[in-house]
Amino acid sequence: MLEVAVRHSLGGFTLDAAFQAPGGVTCLFGRSGAGKTSIVRAVAGLLKAESARVTVDGKRLDTLPIHRRRIGYVFQEPRLFPHLDVAANLHYARSGMDAQPVIEMLGIGHLLERRPAALSGGEAQRVAIGRALLSNPRLLLLDEPLAALDEARKAEILPYLERVRDAAEVPILYVSHSVPEVARLATTLVALENGRVVRVGAAAALLSDPDVAPVIGIREAGAILEARVVRHHEDGLTELSGVGGALWLPRVAAVEGASVRVRIEAQDVMLSTHRPEGISALNVLPVEVSAIRDGQGPGVMVQLNAGGARLLARVTNRSAKAMGLADGWQGYAVVKTVSIASGNVGG
Amino acid sequence: MSDWLGPAEWQAVALSLRVALVATVLSLPFGVAVAWLLARRKFPGHALLNGLVHLPLILPPVVTGYLLLIAFGPQAALGGWLEAMGLGVAFRWTGAALAAAIMAFPLMVRAIRLSLEAVDPGLEDAAATLGASRWRVFWTITVPLMAPGILTGAILAFAKAMGEFGATITFVSNIPGETRTVPSAIYAFLQVPGGEASAWRLVIVSVVIAMGALLASELLARRVMQRIGGRDA
Repeated sequence: MLEVAVRHSLGGFTLDAAFQAPGGVTCLFGRSGAGKTSIVRAVAGLLKAESARVTVDGKRLDTLPIHRRRIGYVFQEPRLFPHLDVAANLHYARSGMDAQPVIEMLGIGHLLERRPAALSGGEAQRVAIGRALLSNPRLLLLDEPLAALDEARKAEILPYLERVRDAAEVPILYVSHSVPEVARLATTLVALENGRVVRVGAAAALLSDPDVAPVIGIREAGAILEARVVRHHEDGLTELSGVGGALWLPRVAAVEGASVRVRIEAQDVMLSTHRPEGISALNVLPVEVSAIRDGQGPGVMVQLNAGGARLLARVTNRSAKAMGLADGWQGYAVVKTVSIASGNVGG
Repeated sequence: MSDWLGPAEWQAVALSLRVALVATVLSLPFGVAVAWLLARRKFPGHALLNGLVHLPLILPPVVTGYLLLIAFGPQAALGGWLEAMGLGVAFRWTGAALAAAIMAFPLMVRAIRLSLEAVDPGLEDAAATLGASRWRVFWTITVPLMAPGILTGAILAFAKAMGEFGATITFVSNIPGETRTVPSAIYAFLQVPGGEASAWRLVIVSVVIAMGALLASELLARRVMQRIGGRDA
């Protein structure tokens, strides 16, 4: 259980944010300038906030000096100590923990004798994550750890972060403005705007809430489906089964039987009153409209109930009127298989 | 070398080395502390401290020497008290070291401060989150990363201390064996007929020591940079 309440003013900007989250990964989400980094800096003690209250599993951290808080902090840049080799960086915290499992999990065993200057950006960030884990933290803070990396390096590190999430027994506070990252990692989502918390809740529920979509950005909004890998087929497709029905995706990098999260962007979902026939899209799910939100633009955001799972669809106002979309409307959602990029599927 | 140099010349060289070494070593901790204060802290009097540190660079050395004499002379309160404690510096080689240290201090602080300002405070923050106390952060992160600047500052200060003349001769006079450093000795030799040969030998010694110090600092700095830069030597 993580409880954070921070109040601080800096120039014309006022940060006044409070939230509670269960364990797992709590994502602070919002545009740049929303106050995400200030919150994590205050939690770590690096920002002397006017008032800050932080408790992790009932233990108060804000009354302790920075070095006694036992917070593993991964910054946007790796911040490795340039005069120490990778092994010395990893052991800097002197926690006495066995480093081997962390080194193996992050795949950095072959780098131990190198200096930070001789590492690639992705390698350096993995070492930084390892260094934070090896400080035996009560709480892990990850402040946009992928922001400084290109897409290929992000894709390289995300699976490691998923492993960290699954292995870590400590809560993780994760700052991001990337929706795919949030969708893949978050247990709890804290949406921030102008230094204030606008919504807090379970990530799956918030991401499929049409009222939250404007905060996420309507072009990037999309629900998460939990599904299980049934079979990898020879034609390059993977068959999954979720509560809403079967899903066909381009080859997924998970073993058969594994459960994965699939983010389906609202703008990739098409609605039909009848079960469509003779179309190329492979995913057709029977759905019922559970909520509708009109935007200012030409589109409406529609929340769908697919046998218990939630989906979001973005359609034009005109179509919504023509089809008579309203709560309780029943029809079919169509999702093109190839529209689901591998970055939107996580373990 | 003691054959080539006469006893009076040798005495001046040995004294200069001792004065410069003591001045450098004893002022180094203060240099690091003042550089740290100026680079990392904001406090009332910041500009005043900065000005005081740099004053010897701008004042005529004779003025600095005279002010030292006023403060540390046997008649002055501070000087008299030190004298009573057996730590008097006026007209002693320790006074020459004090004058040299004060004259060299601005150069030392400047070099150290520049290197300290180049140390990313983000690295110190990272070390703190990893459980390191301020003290440990300073010794394991800040000092190693500013080592090239500390080295440069120390060598500059040493070279300056070797060459200090104006403040030294005003404060502690030109007493053979006690306060007659190389520059004072050269000055004295040039005042007497037939002293040019001795003066020349001391000039050569000065040039050799200065060049040696510069080369040594260059080599050491390159080594340190290599260590920090990560290229495995």
